[in-house]
Formats: sequence, C-alpha cells, structure tokens
Amino acid sequence: MTANVLLFKITLLTYFAATIFYLIGVISRKESVRLAAIWLLSGGFVLHCITLAARWFATGITPVASLYESLSFFAWALVGIYMIFYLRYRTIMLGAFITPLALVLMIIGSAAPKQAPALNPMLDSWWFPVHVTLAFLGHAVFAIAAAAGIMYLLQERMLKSKKFSGLFYRLPSLDTLDSMNYKCLTFGFPLMTMGIISGAIWANSAWGGYWRWDPKETWALISWFLYAALLHGRLTVGWRGRRAAIFAIIGFAFLLFTFFGVNLFLSGEHSFRNFTGQ
Amino acid sequence: MHIVIVGLSHKTAPVEIREKLAFAPTAMERPLRQMLELPSVAEGLIVSTCNRVELCAATKEPEAAMAALRRFLAEYHEVSPEEISSNLYSHQGEEAIRHLFRVASSLDSMVLGEPQILGQIKTAYGYAAEFKTAGLILNRFLHKAFSVAKRVRTETAIASNAVSVSFAAVELARKIFDRLDNKGVMIIGAGEMCELAARHFVTNGVSKVLVTNRTFERAEKLAAEFNGKAVPFECFVEHLAEVDIVMTSTGAPNFILGQRQMEEVLKRRKNRPMFLIDIAVPRDIDPKVNTLDNAYLYDVDDLQGVVQANLKERQKEAGKAEAIVEQEIGQFYQWLGNLEVKPTIIALRRKLEEIRQQELDKTFGNLKDLTDSQRRSIEAMAGAIINKVLHQPTAVLKRTQNDTSGEDYVDAVRTLFDLPAPAGDDKEFKPLDESDQE
Repeated sequence: MTANVLLFKITLLTYFAATIFYLIGVISRKESVRLAAIWLLSGGFVLHCITLAARWFATGITPVASLYESLSFFAWALVGIYMIFYLRYRTIMLGAFITPLALVLMIIGSAAPKQAPALNPMLDSWWFPVHVTLAFLGHAVFAIAAAAGIMYLLQERMLKSKKFSGLFYRLPSLDTLDSMNYKCLTFGFPLMTMGIISGAIWANSAWGGYWRWDPKETWALISWFLYAALLHGRLTVGWRGRRAAIFAIIGFAFLLFTFFGVNLFLSGEHSFRNFTGQ
Repeated sequence: MHIVIVGLSHKTAPVEIREKLAFAPTAMERPLRQMLELPSVAEGLIVSTCNRVELCAATKEPEAAMAALRRFLAEYHEVSPEEISSNLYSHQGEEAIRHLFRVASSLDSMVLGEPQILGQIKTAYGYAAEFKTAGLILNRFLHKAFSVAKRVRTETAIASNAVSVSFAAVELARKIFDRLDNKGVMIIGAGEMCELAARHFVTNGVSKVLVTNRTFERAEKLAAEFNGKAVPFECFVEHLAEVDIVMTSTGAPNFILGQRQMEEVLKRRKNRPMFLIDIAVPRDIDPKVNTLDNAYLYDVDDLQGVVQANLKERQKEAGKAEAIVEQEIGQFYQWLGNLEVKPTIIALRRKLEEIRQQELDKTFGNLKDLTDSQRRSIEAMAGAIINKVLHQPTAVLKRTQNDTSGEDYVDAVRTLFDLPAPAGDDKEFKPLDESDQE
C-alpha cells in the first residue's frame, strides 16, 4: 500500500517539475526547455502508469473508486491524451495549460484519504471500470478542447484588437486551435456518450434502473446536451472559432462541476461515500 | 597574433561618405592584394555593403596595422585621411572580435536582425578565400562568426518577426490560417504595395489568385502575372466567398465593402475565417467589418503597428543575442591566445613529461629489483629521449614565430599532440551556405 502512495508522490513531483518547465517554455524559446518539459512529463506519465498498476494490484479493484484514486486516474488520462495530441500538434502551449491542471488534480488527490476503498459489493461489476474509464477519457479530451478554446480566445482577441503580447508569437494559429476543438469533439463526444450508456447499464445491474436523476446524472446530461449542441452546430450551420471555443470552455466547466461539485456539495449515488459503503 | 578591424557604418558615416569608400563587389582582387602588401598585415578581408565597409586583418602589430588600414582606405579611394577619420572606427583584440560577431549576427544592422548581412559577409569571405588573403586566423575567425550568427538566429527570436508591411501581412495570415497553400487571395485595385504583398503570398504557397479592377484589362494583366483569374469589378463581392485573404488598394472615395455585405459573405463561407487587408487611403473597407466574428480587418496603420511591435520584440531579443556573442568571444579569444608559441611549447613539454612519468611508474612496477642507480639511469634515458624528440619541433616553432606561417605550426602541434585547446566548435570548413536569406 505505501509503495503505490510513494510512487504517487514521486509522480506528483515529476509533474510539478514538468509544469515549471512548461511555464518557462511559454517565455523561453530554447529548444532544451521544451525537450525537458516533454521528457519530464513523459517520465511522469510512465511513473503514473506504474503507480496505477501498483494500486490495482494492492487493492484488487480498478483504482477509480475513491476520490484519491479517481483524481489520480483523471490526471493520468489528461496527461495521456495530451501526449497523443502533442504527437499531432507539437505545441508546447497546450502543455502549459494541461500540465498545471493535471498537477492541481494530483495535489487535491494527495490531500484526500488514501486508504483502500472497500467497494460496495453491489457495485462490483465489469461495467464499473468501463464506465469510469470512458467517462474520464472523455473528460480529458474535453479538457484539451477547453485549453484550446482559451488559447483561441486569447489569440483571437489579440488579432482583433491588434495589440500583441509576447504570447502572440507562441500561440498556434487560429485554424490549428479550431481544428483541435473539432478533433476533441469528434473523440470526446463518443467517449462521453458511451460513458453515460455504460453507466446506465451498470446502474441497471446494480440498482435495477437505468436512470435515477441523481445530481451527477443530471449534470452529466446537461454537459452532454451542451456538447451535442456544439457538434450539431459545427456540422450543420458552421459554428466554429470563437463560439466553438466558448462552448468548449463552458462545457468543461460543467464537467468539472459534475465531477467536483456534485461529489463535494450534493449527495447521490455517485458520491464516493456510497461507493465504499462508509 | 591579433585581429584588427577598421571600418565605417551607417552609424558613423552618412551615405555620401559610405558611397565614396565602398569597394565594387566585382573587383575585390585588387584591394585585397594591396591590403596584404601592407607590411603589418598578415591576413586580410574586406566586407563592403551599402551600409558598411569593414577592413579586417590579422596582424602582429595591431597599432601599426590599424593606422595602415586607415591610410589604405583613404588612399585607395583617393580621399584625404583627415576628411574621413572622424567617420572611421578601429577595433583590436577582443573589441574587434565582438564587432564582427555583432555585425554577422545583425546586431549592428540598420534593421535589427535583417538576414542579408550574414550572406554579404560570407561573400566577402569567399573572395578572401579565393584570393588566399585569408589564412588560418581569419578562416577560423570568420567560421566562428558564422556559427555565432547561426546560434543567434536559432536561439533568439531576433529575426523571426516581419519588419516590413508586406511580410507582416503574410505573418498575420499564418497566425490565422496555419497553412496558406490551400488558400485563395483576391486583389482589389492595383496598388504597388498590394502587388508586393500578393507576391509574398504566392511565394508562401497561396495557390488561387483572383484580381479585380475598375479597368478590366488591368485586372487581366495582373492576373496573368500571378497565373490567376480576373473578375469584373461590378461583381467582385460575389467571388469574395471563394477566397480567404482580401487585399484592397483602390482609389475609391467611399467604402467599397460594407459590414452587411461581409456578413453575407461570411455566412456563405460557413464562417470560415477571412483576413482583409485594406491598404487604401481613404480606406476601402468599412472598419466595422472587424467587429464581425471570423473576419480580421487590418488597415495600413494596423500593419505598421504590427511592424513596430515586431521591432520591439526584436529589441528584446537583442539582449539575449548579445549574451551569446559575449560567450563566444571568450572561446575564440582563448583559441587565439593558444596560438602563442611560448605557452604551446610549455604545454607540449608538460604533456610529454606526463607520459614519461606514467611509463616510468609502469616500468618500475614491473622491475622491482632495480638498484637506485639503475632506476636513475632509466629515468635519465627517458628524459633524454624527450629532449631529443622535442628539439626540432621547438626550434621550428621558435624560428617561425615571426613568420606568417608561425600560427600554422602552432596549430598543427596543438592538434597533433592533442594539447588542450578550448577553442570550441572548430568544425571543418563548410562550403558557403547561401540558404540563410529571408
């Protein structure tokens, strides 16, 4: 048990170092800084994979049942998805948004209790890891969309106002950012949809009902409609650019609230208390 | 050996003086040879551009060489030395190295970071190499200067942002579109600046060019130049949706493109972004167009503003570039110092002495039962071998140290015996690389 917590802490420190290099990379043009950032992050990601595997072996259940575990898993998905995007877009700016976010998730996670959850046997089903994995991968993809959205708005404002800060020279082009938004949508939306469907199937097997309007389900559905509207708008009437960026940011804010807000402020079947039967 | 530079630039001399003292690029042999005939000059190089003339020399007597070069520059161009003396600067030693590194890195240029100067210095070096007026020192010096300039260009943003209006337009387009090769451009009217910018767009990959003009023949003529298509002025708005970039410079007294029309065009394009460049004065496009989503309108002043911002950005980068130059000066200066004969002989002796000691230790380790006197004679024999081996090379180094070939021997000894020579990246001479032009 302590081994995986120790690994978790080392991962956290590596992400911290990577974050610092990413932030320096925003200012500096040095190739070495960019390389240091991406290698630190890659190293952190490998460590993170080991951490999750160790946790899995130690507890015997997919490590997504407690708040600590799911935050760690969320951060892992975020970094993993970012690395896939990095292969395609090669932009350090995206990492400067994503890495700090992953770090914050890890820090919150490190403050949460780390004892192994005793999973409520009713919930122990094959659908549990499927649902949670799909949902978090979807969240991670939409986090990228939101980061691209923020970059788009910054870049667009500078181009419109014709006042350029040093950032202007480092941000990718509007077209690139908008195509990121679209890519995220085409990957994230199916993931999220499947996440919700698998959750419903799981709920049916656990409680005998597909949908119970608990707060998390409701908020997830609202987010889903938001992304559905954006996808529809993009495909039919040519919503793009600024509007798509704003949608992506709002959508992710909803997702974050769905994840944190519901767990922290509202109660329902999705709160971790109920998972572990405490 | 020392490096000296005598010269003048746009900072010290007005164009009337510069044009008098420039060397014709087609006839560099004569001045180079004459320069080498000066008694104090061992190696020589002349850089002559419209903004500067630099006489660079390797010499044993820096003071004499600088005076001789000042005289030479005046006499060659048949002006009195007094007349130009206030326009000339002379640098020696570290100052001279710094000067050429800064010039090559475009830190001393009229437009900071402009790329031509490096090519011009390469050409100048090409002549010096061709007529064999550059030797060991200047070869190394110039190659070092090229590598410093390259480092400055890759490690700082000093040359990365456009400082002309037409280039700024292309750069802005890249910030909007990423790729230009699948984009289209429309030229409305036929201003010179428009044409220039259009040419930049085409060389940067824009494939589709539409041209419109009140006189259709002129539109056709310009379109032919760009392999494009002319469209009648009366219906150019109908074709706007086909292009991504619009440049206007008509003499129209009123707006020829309004907000409502653009709204329509954007809708037809399904909101794909458009970049509009209005170079005309009075303006051709209603400034309100810029408030539309996905339309980016720039007028002449806006583009000038971008150029100013880019220049400011270059200024910021200049500090980093200066730091790189300073680093490299140290390295090169050290190499130059290593060419001194005395320290080389000492280093050579020390190196052999080390080898002797190591081998003696090894031998004595194997032959444990030697008497003291036997040991002493073996030690003496090893010492004698070193002295014999060193005798001739030392004599040659001492004899040639006042010749022009002296540095070649020193350099050879340092290389052959692998003596510590922290001169940095002294790569083999590469063929001149002309690909650094903007």
